[in-house]
Amino acid sequence: MYINPNEILETIQMVRMEHLDIRTVTMGISLRDCSHPDIEVFNENIYEKITTRAKELVRTTNEIQSLYGIPIINKRISVTPIAVAAESCRSPDFVSIAKTMDEAAKDSQVDFIGGFSALVHKGATIGDLKLINSIPEALESTEKVCSSVNVATTKTGINMDAVGLMGNIIKKTADLTADRDGIGCAKLVIFANAPEDNPFMAGAFHGIGEPECVINVGVSGPGVVNAAICELENPNLTEISETIKKTAFKITRMGEMVGREVSRRLGVEFGILDLSLAPTPAIGDSVAAILEAMGLERCGAHGTTAALALLNDAVKKGGAMASSSVGGLSGAFIPVSEDAGMIEAVRAGALSLEKLEAMTSVCSVGLDMIAVPGDTPASTLSAIIADEMAIGVINRKTTAVRIIPAPGKRVGDSVEFGGLLGNAPIMPVSNFSSETFVKRGGRIPAPIQSLTN
Amino acid sequence: MTSSRFIITVIGSDRVGIVARITSVMASFNVNIVDITQTIMQGIFTMIMLAEAPQENFDLAAFQEAMSAEGKSLGVEVKVQHEDAFRFMHRI
Repeated sequence: MYINPNEILETIQMVRMEHLDIRTVTMGISLRDCSHPDIEVFNENIYEKITTRAKELVRTTNEIQSLYGIPIINKRISVTPIAVAAESCRSPDFVSIAKTMDEAAKDSQVDFIGGFSALVHKGATIGDLKLINSIPEALESTEKVCSSVNVATTKTGINMDAVGLMGNIIKKTADLTADRDGIGCAKLVIFANAPEDNPFMAGAFHGIGEPECVINVGVSGPGVVNAAICELENPNLTEISETIKKTAFKITRMGEMVGREVSRRLGVEFGILDLSLAPTPAIGDSVAAILEAMGLERCGAHGTTAALALLNDAVKKGGAMASSSVGGLSGAFIPVSEDAGMIEAVRAGALSLEKLEAMTSVCSVGLDMIAVPGDTPASTLSAIIADEMAIGVINRKTTAVRIIPAPGKRVGDSVEFGGLLGNAPIMPVSNFSSETFVKRGGRIPAPIQSLTN
Repeated sequence: MTSSRFIITVIGSDRVGIVARITSVMASFNVNIVDITQTIMQGIFTMIMLAEAPQENFDLAAFQEAMSAEGKSLGVEVKVQHEDAFRFMHRI
């Protein structure tokens, strides 16, 4: 047989036992031609555009899933940042747009729609502010809509006015969804250097440099990487790196094949393949477990940052070799609530917010799905965001914050979001105030790009 | 997708008649066996076939359903996957 039976069984094992999956096929749709001063007309335009473009998305994706026997977990849509598309709407708030997006997502049978977003890294327009102020109610009154705000880039620095505002927006969003442990905040990401072609939620949007319509694919497989490392006999770290690279290569090839076939059948351009190790609450499908397989007693022990750096770099190298279309975030995700190993590490006292912050300087995203006490002041949330943005801006990488100040909850409690979002123990934050610093506002200037020590 | 060839894997405990019953389902869908191999992996019976489906009027979903149902009644797991799923992952 021209394909070795062992290779066939390896692929089947990856899917059956190690949770290899295509996490998402995300269709990016431009809404730039939908602008209208009347928000009702705008809403009609975007509903029409989204449901027309995405009409065959779910059916086609399901066909590909059966053809190849590879599970495709989510089908999603990302759209032009609404603050850009709806800039000319005269309406004082944009909540009805989120509701329209939700309806369009439901009628297209997709799992999420991203792009209730604004890019305010240097400053905010009137439309940006309308959008940001609509976020709490938008996330409270919709199910599938995800929101993101880019508040910093390496080229512009950090917009601290926006950072200050977002602390309050997160608090309001948590309060409005207090009956569900503040789940609204799980659909809101604050970014530095946000990628324009990311297929993963909650941060996906269809960037302004993107084509009319595009297919982006997100592949995942922490379980596969973990299993590959566990099979090695007493390896050194060079051997571990080599194994991760080879595994990432295989996973990426699978994603590329699926992405190209979906885009061919839909007649839509193939954009990028995002190879991110995105954990799920399933046992074994954990990034923390990979770090522990490298030899750490618990994720969060000293050495965790080094282990994560090795993992993230090897994943990128394997992915870049396998496909010329690697983009998006591509690296390792460390969302606490979605990763059984991370949750265990927090419960055991091995992993703190401070250690997570350090880890984000070498991995693909940032402080992700972290639950903190409900009485955390907005200024402290803003300061946490500012720290994370600084790591991204200085290191020329994407960083993000998705944090949930769970209403009425304290350290020792936990919150349950269900599904892929998992559950999270409440983590302590510093009790010392950052309020005066955050209130100063202004901009932290763009960093110098030389003298890099 | 470059062909109408599929990899069919049958995994489970060995018993009389697996090959006969699985291949008769294939014959009823006019699916031809190009290559076949079987082995015991970690004590589990594993049969792998490379099969060619007819170019026209072939209903993949119905074929997959029939194969999977036949597998269930035999107590084995049957998967029908396009060959590209394996070619892409292991060959450049």
